Amino acid sequence: MFGRLTIAAVEQGPIVLGAQIFIVIGTLAVLGALTYFRKWSWLWNEWLTSLDAKKIGVMYIVVALVMLVRGGIDAIMMRLQQALAAGGGGYLPPQHFQQVFTGHGVIMIFFVAMPLMLGLINVVLPLQIGARDVAFPFLNSLSFWLFVSGAALMMLSLVVGEFSTAGWLAYPPLSELRYSPGVGVDYYIWAVQIAGIGSLLSGINFITTIFKKRCPGMTLMRMPIFVWTVLGSMLLVVFAFPVLTATLGMLTLDRYLGMHFFTAGGGGNMMMYVNLIWTWGHPEVYVLVLPAFGVFSEVVAVFSQKRLFGYPSMVLATMAITVFSFIVWLHHFFTMGAGADVNAFFGIMTMIIAIPTGVKIFNWIFTMYRGRILFTTPMLWFLGFVALFTIGGMAGVLMAVPPADFELHNSLFLVAHFHTMIVSGVLFGDFAAITYWMPKIFGFRLDEKWGARAFWGWTVGFMVAFIPLYVLGLMGATRRLDHYPAGLGWQPLFIMAGIGVCIIVLGFVSQLMQIFVSIRDRARTTADAADPWNGRTLEWSVPSPAPFYNFAKTPKISSRDAYWEAKRTGESLAPGAYEDIVLPKNTPMGIYLAGTAFFFGFAVIWHIWWLAALAALAFLVFLVMRSLMEDTEYVIPAARVAALDAAHSA
Amino acid sequence: MDVHPPPFPPYLSAIHCILLRATDNERSVNPKYVFPSVLILAAAITAIALSLTHGHAVGLLDPQGVIAKREQALMIKAALLMLIVVVPVFALTFGIAWHYRASNTRAQYRPSWEHNRIEEGIWWAVPMIVVAALAVVAWQSAHALDPFRPIDSPMSPLTVEVVSLDWKWLFIYPAQGIATMNYLAIPEQTPIAFKLTSDAPMNAFWIPQLGGQEMTMPGMITQLHLMADATGTYEGFSSNLSGAGFSSMHFPVRSMTTNDFAAWVSQAQRSPNTLSFAAYTQLAQPSVHNPATVFRVTNSRLYAEIVMRFMTPPASGAPVMPMRP
Repeated sequence: MFGRLTIAAVEQGPIVLGAQIFIVIGTLAVLGALTYFRKWSWLWNEWLTSLDAKKIGVMYIVVALVMLVRGGIDAIMMRLQQALAAGGGGYLPPQHFQQVFTGHGVIMIFFVAMPLMLGLINVVLPLQIGARDVAFPFLNSLSFWLFVSGAALMMLSLVVGEFSTAGWLAYPPLSELRYSPGVGVDYYIWAVQIAGIGSLLSGINFITTIFKKRCPGMTLMRMPIFVWTVLGSMLLVVFAFPVLTATLGMLTLDRYLGMHFFTAGGGGNMMMYVNLIWTWGHPEVYVLVLPAFGVFSEVVAVFSQKRLFGYPSMVLATMAITVFSFIVWLHHFFTMGAGADVNAFFGIMTMIIAIPTGVKIFNWIFTMYRGRILFTTPMLWFLGFVALFTIGGMAGVLMAVPPADFELHNSLFLVAHFHTMIVSGVLFGDFAAITYWMPKIFGFRLDEKWGARAFWGWTVGFMVAFIPLYVLGLMGATRRLDHYPAGLGWQPLFIMAGIGVCIIVLGFVSQLMQIFVSIRDRARTTADAADPWNGRTLEWSVPSPAPFYNFAKTPKISSRDAYWEAKRTGESLAPGAYEDIVLPKNTPMGIYLAGTAFFFGFAVIWHIWWLAALAALAFLVFLVMRSLMEDTEYVIPAARVAALDAAHSA
Repeated sequence: MDVHPPPFPPYLSAIHCILLRATDNERSVNPKYVFPSVLILAAAITAIALSLTHGHAVGLLDPQGVIAKREQALMIKAALLMLIVVVPVFALTFGIAWHYRASNTRAQYRPSWEHNRIEEGIWWAVPMIVVAALAVVAWQSAHALDPFRPIDSPMSPLTVEVVSLDWKWLFIYPAQGIATMNYLAIPEQTPIAFKLTSDAPMNAFWIPQLGGQEMTMPGMITQLHLMADATGTYEGFSSNLSGAGFSSMHFPVRSMTTNDFAAWVSQAQRSPNTLSFAAYTQLAQPSVHNPATVFRVTNSRLYAEIVMRFMTPPASGAPVMPMRP
């Protein structure tokens, strides 16, 4: 009846029990609060079923921040274990420790970095191109809810069963049935697979949005640079995510049907998996970092109160990175034993990608040149990014030289390198973006004082946590160790890294304080929220919070930095009369479809075949129902638009 | 935005800003100090981290073999080349962010200046030249230090066949007819030709002070050539996750004089522990913390048979490999 699922799946010792109780009580508390304050219908009608890209974006960011807490707890657990584990100490058994670092990696990439970025794109992209919505609003909702399903499976693995112990990319043959017979890898496969399909649909949606929904006058070379970077990123999603889906699909066939794509023996080839997964995995890095580059481009120009320097160069650099990121994947495993020609080729390609990245940094610096730089919190994140990203980039180019990589691969030096790139490049970019666009989303600014404290907490904490890992790597310390010999002198550095994580926690607490203080004092910052930074692009031309229809009248532009130019010349961006606006109706179908995907995933993980069949059937039924719906849009008459717009301007 | 600079040097002003006052209309840290503060803090934290290594080998900075020495020299060369780009980036960010802060009203302000062909040409060209130089370094070194390439030496090489197991290392010396577990003995100043495979999930074989690592894979043979310059004891590791006992897969490497090595070999050849294929299959069962052991190998085709375990077709209907118990 219940496949492999027995009561033993929830009995996993005291540490896991604590997490289980925490998750269950937390969930019950949220549900209870919603019932007590009678907020269910508000939540359902205003948020969960909404097809408004801005609201979907906010939901992405909220879920991502919750998952950031989970991934952060994993990080603290790892640091504590390694600080204690000299000579076999520590408080976690190896299997548990391996679940923690596997979970940390999967969560931070798939369920924090991706949704933070997708959330920002949802909020900002339509506004920046003068559109009322994305090209496929329903698909957008479905993408979000598929991501939530994946995240829910990920969280469920903590309560029922176990998570994978095979590392965040689940290299076979370790991830094959022979070496990992439990449900851990199956949780990994289905959580990533379901969320990954959501990401792929988002990619299709945003590319179409950029190509088809730009306002009149916005040629490609007049798009804000953030839109260009999103285009590069989403092209990567569309080309790379099918590879992930197929690769995990083949691993699924190995595990469920006894095939031999990647097994040890039976003609399987594990290096094929490693090649394929990095064919997705390396572009994935740029999927995350390109939009962050776009954010920094916006932030630097606005706060230097000056045009972005070298716009065509920036576009060229963005597209060069997009293309080159597909031909560097082998640098993740120079040590597999490929010949010198192959290694040298991929090493050189990797270095070439540093050229457009370097050009971007120089262009940002020269955007500041002859500007009037205002050092708001987003600029602090930018300066921290330049310092850390350049150092991390240097470590990266170093490892692009194959023989140097032989000595650094799989060491903590490598771990420190990619954390430097992703934390400073992606996370700092997301933080800058949230601070920068907060007024447009919620109508008030974030507190500067707590913002600066958060910046220093994260930056100093990051350096105290990761500089010791660079040094440990040079000492020969490998990654993923649950214990290590006591005589090698590693422990003081692991303790130092643990202190660093505590400082990062202070930075994160500062961010929570920042949100609290900003909401409390919002009355003081709402007045100028429509355009608080003297913005340059179209999103700042609409009231804050942005109305649900985005633009009362579709803007028509004739230059880059259209809003800046409009303010300078005094010309209206949207002359002419109000027109009827057509918007999509709310629908819960995205929730239903993703919900059935969740049950399907859960069922196949535990081999509950009747439930899997039922869920698949329900999925098809909902799909057909949605396809047959004809009344999916509603019209706001021109007169009503005029009245709403007048109310906003008042 | 840039008012009331606190009367502190940069490193203190950062601490001041985190811990102390900063009223609402006051910037929490003088903006022109932000970037230098980050760099100074980075340098200070690096100094602290390095001082914590006191008294212990920083393996990659203390290489003991010809390969590791050449790889270290390569890293230093590449890092210096990159400084050609990195130093200007830091200097420009520092200077420009300082000079063009909004409060410096004497600084020039040209809000529409967005293009200069010469300047842009420079920073497309300089990284290209640096990368071109690095590319030459990468190409030459990738060939010169190819792990499959034998080391040039008047000494004839010693072949060691390496098998990563769950969760221990087996080293077979085919010419000597001996094998060791979790212990590697080598003669100094003699090239060692390692042949690597796995009878377990993938691992990677790494002795940091002697040179770079190479992966071990079931059913496949990779190669690695290393040489110790002198006598000494070094630490070897598996650097690739391979399951529950993975963290215990480290082993001592003893480099000894050729005479000592010859004596050690002849002693090992008289070992009471013998290793046949049947004994090997027992040994290959998952286990951790296996003590260093020396074997006399009775099956001269042992290594080939280990690799071929993964190459034979399954009997019809039977699973290819039994599941791990």
